[in-house]
Amino acid sequence: MPVINSVRRVGHRVVDSIWRLGVASRFLAMTLLQSGTSFHRFQLIVKEMFSSGVMSLIIIGVAGLFVGMVLGLQGFETLKRYGSESALGSLVALSLVRELGPVLAALLFASRAGSAMTAEIGLMKATEQIAAMEMMAVSPIARVVAPRFWAGVISMPLLAALFSAMGVFGGYVVGVVMIGVDEGSFWSQMQASVDFREDIINGVIKSFVFGVAVTVIALFEGFDAPPTAEGVSGATTRTVVESSLAILMLDFILTAFMFRGV
Amino acid sequence: MSEQALVEIRDVNFSYDRRPVLNGINMSFGKGKVIAVMGGSGCGKTTLFRLIGGALRPTHGEICIDGKVIHALDDKGLYEMRRKMGVLFQFGALFTDMSVFDNVAFQMREHTDLPEEIIHDLVMMKLHAVGLRGTHQLMPAELSGGMARRVALARTIALDPMLILYDEPFAGLDPISLSVVGQLIRKLNDALGTTSVVVTHDVQESLKIVDYVYFISEGVIRAEGTPDEIRASSDPFVHQFVHGEVDGPLPFHYPVATTYAQDMGVSD
Repeated sequence: MPVINSVRRVGHRVVDSIWRLGVASRFLAMTLLQSGTSFHRFQLIVKEMFSSGVMSLIIIGVAGLFVGMVLGLQGFETLKRYGSESALGSLVALSLVRELGPVLAALLFASRAGSAMTAEIGLMKATEQIAAMEMMAVSPIARVVAPRFWAGVISMPLLAALFSAMGVFGGYVVGVVMIGVDEGSFWSQMQASVDFREDIINGVIKSFVFGVAVTVIALFEGFDAPPTAEGVSGATTRTVVESSLAILMLDFILTAFMFRGV
Repeated sequence: MSEQALVEIRDVNFSYDRRPVLNGINMSFGKGKVIAVMGGSGCGKTTLFRLIGGALRPTHGEICIDGKVIHALDDKGLYEMRRKMGVLFQFGALFTDMSVFDNVAFQMREHTDLPEEIIHDLVMMKLHAVGLRGTHQLMPAELSGGMARRVALARTIALDPMLILYDEPFAGLDPISLSVVGQLIRKLNDALGTTSVVVTHDVQESLKIVDYVYFISEGVIRAEGTPDEIRASSDPFVHQFVHGEVDGPLPFHYPVATTYAQDMGVSD
């Protein structure tokens, strides 16, 4: 009966997805409970921040610069129609701080650092390094997962801030230096329209939430990966796909609560 | 095997789902001895290794280490027991993001409050014991297979364990490295007064260094004895295994219900 088989397959996939979500939630709870070692020996987090945060600086900075430059160009063309070129600073800054900074930085972070975390932990599992740690009476959750989790959570808002700052600079270069928008109005409009609590803090909250989502997905996929080359490659792909979808979905939910007061 | 047994395995059965892997296993590992557990691929050796390490629970029977039933311990108790054990994995399982020095120092830093100067001296002593004192700054990727195994051995003995488990310590080694690792297992065992369990299918090297041998096949103990008894054994299974014969109690062909002629379509 092909119909019954199809229904059974769909049902199996749904049950499997819910089961995985439950296991991932338990994994997050265990990570939080076993985070004491990471804070007691903060150099473990600092080491991981270098791998996930510092090594992502160039891609985040360059991407932010180009996104800001495109915003400057597109924004100027649109605002010119309404004679509001002086509002270019507001447009660039608000777009970046509220949306593009946290979202694009998180997407890039998932591709650059998230996939690396999954591959590293998946390979540690495949080469029995995780099992060796267990047999040495050292919890891999406390020693391997928790430092990477906190490194990702701390790095993400900083990277989003860098992305936004570079984007504003890119918008300034295109709008003021290349096109000739008045420099004073560019900065003063920006200063007047960007609210610290409404825009900056909400942007930081978003990037923090994205940081938690991306690192949990990346670490869980690595830890759960079958210990084979195919298993690790599949887990790495899933990290990027699931993280990207989670970022965009969470962005919609957070935006609805923050800026529409749903 | 010995009145003073460190490890006692009593009537242990183990199944993966419904597939039986071990059936009625009884073993006793005396203190200070080197014991080999041998058998062909897929016979249940590694499962037994994982049961002794507390990574799996037997479906029946019990495994006692130093008087404690390992699978009855809670997480804290299990971790306390594992601190007294050392495990050498098949390909070393060195932490690839750490230098040789940091690998050997790993357990000292995790489980003790020793100052860094003392850890330095201890690491040098352990590396000297395995003949690799000058390699402390190298990364695992810079080591040969034999050297990696020796560094892993230094890491295994870092906290002077009472029991060391070796999972296929000779796999993939050239003859010289194989001999070096074999001699190190014996010498370190005697020097530290520990008990060693070597899970392997390398007959010739194992028989040179161990005190007692268990042969496992199809989940049961097929033979046991000292190396001399094993060499002199007339048991067809032991004979086939020790001499590496292609066919015998362990058949060359995979067991199938149909005949070769039937599969080739020339017979009903």
